[in-house]
Amino acid sequence: MTRGAGGLRAWVLQRISALYLGLFVLYLLAHLLWDRPGDFEHWRDWVADPAVGIALMLFFVALLVHAWVGVRDLLMDYVRATAARVGLLTLLGIGLVACGLWALEVLLMARMG
Amino acid sequence: MSTSPRRPVFLNLVQIRLPIAGVVSIAHRITGVLLVVCTPLLIHWLARSLSGPEGFEAVRVELAGPFAGILELLGLWVLLHHLLAGIRFLLIDVEIGVDKPVYRYSAFAVLIAAPLLALLLLGALS
Repeated sequence: MTRGAGGLRAWVLQRISALYLGLFVLYLLAHLLWDRPGDFEHWRDWVADPAVGIALMLFFVALLVHAWVGVRDLLMDYVRATAARVGLLTLLGIGLVACGLWALEVLLMARMG
Repeated sequence: MSTSPRRPVFLNLVQIRLPIAGVVSIAHRITGVLLVVCTPLLIHWLARSLSGPEGFEAVRVELAGPFAGILELLGLWVLLHHLLAGIRFLLIDVEIGVDKPVYRYSAFAVLIAAPLLALLLLGALS
């Protein structure tokens, strides 16, 4: 039932994604504190920068992996009925994939705009 | 696995005394769920701020509103609690701070530092 993200692999994924998310959030906060984009052009140029764009895409990938494993762990702890658990996991998966595609679209549009 | 019908059940949330590390752990879970729920909102702001100069201004005005400040403070608190508690858990994974006094002090530090840092950051960012 938990092939792909079960047991040890989920545990490792959770921690690798956590490391990336933590480092990226610190970088983002530092950027907003010391080099905040004051208008639309600076903001878009920052997002459209190839290095930042890739870092942002990785951020969303890490976020979705981290959210999937984290909420899945909660559902396994608190939702005992199989049907409810599978239903909620399905909803979570659809929601997370939708968020990922949406974020990807936003980032690609920023690069082309 | 046989459960006695007379085993004690004690679920009075007001009277349960949870160890401080337990509070940090539960709060890590709650803040994690809150962050997941807030993710679409985050992408929505990102999309609008990148949609053009008007969108950027609209988001800036929204984020500078008087009511927004309280939500931003709560949002930063949630984020920082999850981040700091997460760093604490990662350190415990590599066996740093596993023993009793440090284990409790670090939990206490996370609980105190998250709201303080949120206040400081909000002040510095706005």
